[in-house]
Amino acid sequence: MDTLAKALKSNIRQYGMIIALVFIMLLFQILSDGILMQPLNITNLILQNSYILVLAIGMVLVIITGHIDLSVGSIAAVIGAIAAILMVRMGVPVWLTLIICLLIGALIGAWQGFWIAYVGIPAFIVTLAGMLLFRGLTMVILEGQSIASLPESFLNISSGFVPDLFDEAGGLHLTTILVGVLLSLLLIWSEWRHRMVQKKYGVETIHIGLFIVKVALLVAVLNAFMFILASYEGIPNLLIILVLLIAAYTFITNRTVIGRHIYATGGNVKAAALSGIKTKRVTFMVFVNMGVLSALAGIIFASRLSAATPKAGNLFELDAIAACFIGGASATGGVGTVIGAIVGGLVMGVMNNGMSLIGISIDWQQAIKGLVLLLAVAFDFYIKNRSN
Amino acid sequence: MTALILEMKDITKTFPGVKALDGVNMKVRRGEIHALVGENGAGKSTLMKVLSGVYPHDTYTGEIIFNGQKCEFRDIKHSEERGIVIIHQELALIPYLSIAENIFLGNERQRRNIINWHETTVEARKLMERVGLDESPDTLVMNIGVGKQQLVEIARALAKKVELLILDEPTAALNEDDSKNLLDLLVELKKQGITSILISHKLNEVLAIADSITVLRDGRTIETMDTHQEQVTEDRIIKGMVGRDMTHRYPERKAHIGDVLFEVRNWNVYHPLHGGRKIIHDVNLHIRRGEIVGIAGLMGAGRTELAMSLFGRSYGRQISGKIIKNGQEIDVPDVSAAIRHGIAYVTEDRKNYGLILIDDIKRNTTLANLAKISRRGITQDYLEVQEAEAFRSKLQIKTPSVHQKTGNLSGGNQQKVVLSKWIFAEPDVLILDEPTRGIDVGAKYEIYTIIQRLANEGKGILVISSELPEILGICDRIYAMCEGRITGEISREEADQEKLMKMMTGTGGGKLGHAG
Repeated sequence: MDTLAKALKSNIRQYGMIIALVFIMLLFQILSDGILMQPLNITNLILQNSYILVLAIGMVLVIITGHIDLSVGSIAAVIGAIAAILMVRMGVPVWLTLIICLLIGALIGAWQGFWIAYVGIPAFIVTLAGMLLFRGLTMVILEGQSIASLPESFLNISSGFVPDLFDEAGGLHLTTILVGVLLSLLLIWSEWRHRMVQKKYGVETIHIGLFIVKVALLVAVLNAFMFILASYEGIPNLLIILVLLIAAYTFITNRTVIGRHIYATGGNVKAAALSGIKTKRVTFMVFVNMGVLSALAGIIFASRLSAATPKAGNLFELDAIAACFIGGASATGGVGTVIGAIVGGLVMGVMNNGMSLIGISIDWQQAIKGLVLLLAVAFDFYIKNRSN
Repeated sequence: MTALILEMKDITKTFPGVKALDGVNMKVRRGEIHALVGENGAGKSTLMKVLSGVYPHDTYTGEIIFNGQKCEFRDIKHSEERGIVIIHQELALIPYLSIAENIFLGNERQRRNIINWHETTVEARKLMERVGLDESPDTLVMNIGVGKQQLVEIARALAKKVELLILDEPTAALNEDDSKNLLDLLVELKKQGITSILISHKLNEVLAIADSITVLRDGRTIETMDTHQEQVTEDRIIKGMVGRDMTHRYPERKAHIGDVLFEVRNWNVYHPLHGGRKIIHDVNLHIRRGEIVGIAGLMGAGRTELAMSLFGRSYGRQISGKIIKNGQEIDVPDVSAAIRHGIAYVTEDRKNYGLILIDDIKRNTTLANLAKISRRGITQDYLEVQEAEAFRSKLQIKTPSVHQKTGNLSGGNQQKVVLSKWIFAEPDVLILDEPTRGIDVGAKYEIYTIIQRLANEGKGILVISSELPEILGICDRIYAMCEGRITGEISREEADQEKLMKMMTGTGGGKLGHAG
């Protein structure tokens, strides 16, 4: 019990927001008479928030390097517009459109990254300019109109589900259950291996009983989640994309030299440069990456809306930035995690969804979200100052 | 004998772990120029901060009597009201404001919070004339040179009706002409009845204008000399500044010196912003395998600038000259190239340039050589912990684990982490810039031991230090630097503090170093 308390205490920053997320989910589950956790609503929750989560992954890297990106919503909009023009007006195949759009996203990121990293103009200003520039270009490209009737396979990106390989049994999506079981095995194996490596290198490990409880809890949550999905249509395509992105970026930030360079650049740019890290190139690449992920978010949003509109992506940047800060990123750089940003994004998403379910008006929703952002960051400050 | 304007009695000031001032006494007569000299760390700046209220009256013990009254200053504002103004080494001017605005900063010519611009300009012009500053009051401070900025500071002091002006190393950043101007101005102000306390390392300047000289050493007053009543020489001042017991402060050294490992030829560097200002002039030096070479120089001599320009051109512009390692010329366009060629630079400013304070020990240790703990671009965390642990025990970094944030460590331990980082980068040549700045005596000894061990492994070490005993205690050979030039080269056997001090102040004749 002592060790558990200690582990909780030392990781309160890490787990604090996860606990908050669980608390918020339970709260709205009760307030909404159980609608929140219904299979349809959980699926919707994922689809509704997917583009913000994609943006948050890129944004957290930007924030770790000590910058900010206000232009991501506008970039998403302009990419949606370009995709629509390419597919509807010019008849370009969907796969080629996707490649072109991601490339344009990279180019836009490179454009902003150039001004920020190599010319040295503050990111706030460059991306504020980008926000206006790309919003304007969206209007120009769409001539102020929405473009609908996008191809079916394009819409499928956001509305599709992983097909069931088996016959449905009692309304359950069996493939989904199977994936859940496979993932559970993978989870158990990797946790065990991690523990063995820790032992080998003489790192202190948690008590075996606690370890079993922890793994069992994770497996239970995972399978409950998969069961909920299986009760509706199964695994949405978007969830696959999201999980792959989260896994890849978590790995990059935690385990690679590039990830280390990103944290070092944000932690102390002068010390990093004097340690041989090409800090300008790191900053540049982080913005290129942000451009690509903004493009992806634009594609997902257009696909989900079945249309490209001039207003697409409005205020996305603020949701993405808020997600990062709620998730524990520091405005001064050097601190933040991909998982944190995702949890932050989910906190915002669940609150949006939950407040809508219980009929709080959109105006109040804004105000409450603002307060939550402030309180979350204040909590973070409190924890940080206490540990000093 | 003129009356005293200031008397400081028995001033003692302690910082956590260090007694910076230990019963200091100082008497300043009205209308004189009083020089305060001593080595770096002797307590000069601390004493002046006590006097000017930077350290409020309840943070030290002792008495300050100014104009016959006992004073207990709460803050700078309070001491300024009484007529004591301090001009720090780092000028406190706002670059984007005009000269006139800076002169009256915090002391605005105003009526009911509305600034009277006419009066500001007219008054500023009068003050500028008094200090001999020939510029328009509307010129932005960023557009004038350091020498003129210094004059703006003095004008600002005059605007506050200063009686006692304190200048902390005013000429450190100035060239000869500007320095002479400034010193002439002090003499001129003296005639107008303004008393000055001048902190300076440049003894020739001190002897030229000071009426009295107080020597501080290790936080104690050594003596006060009256230049009108006795013959004061530089030698005598230097003796007062450096005379201290040096036994057992440095580990025993048995040098095994090999061939020339690293050589710099005709190295020239210009200021990164002011293109015309040459910072490093034709520097030649060399380091042999297993040799610890010192660079002695006063603040502003260009030591750090030299080191950083050698380390992948981290400082300066229009750099010219050759770097030769193992007999071959190498090209070092950036820091990663320098690291690749086996050069390491341990900064003098570990908090801003050496460490990522929000990161832990292990991440800081491996930062300059991540390749060593990664496979195909993927970091091996356990390998990292092992390596960092090895350094923690070898360098005796006193923390429970390598997961400790470096921001929470003491200065000595932080310095050891920075050293770990650079030893981990596996260099052949280490440039150590003030390796023991701001750390306690025990940790200093440990750092010296590490430096010797590195030399004994056959690495070449270049140590930059303002503490002469340190240079003499650990180096095999010493270069002296002054105003961007190497002004002397001397072996450990021949060297003593007086000879070095003469070479460093550009007053004595050390033989010029000719490498290669």
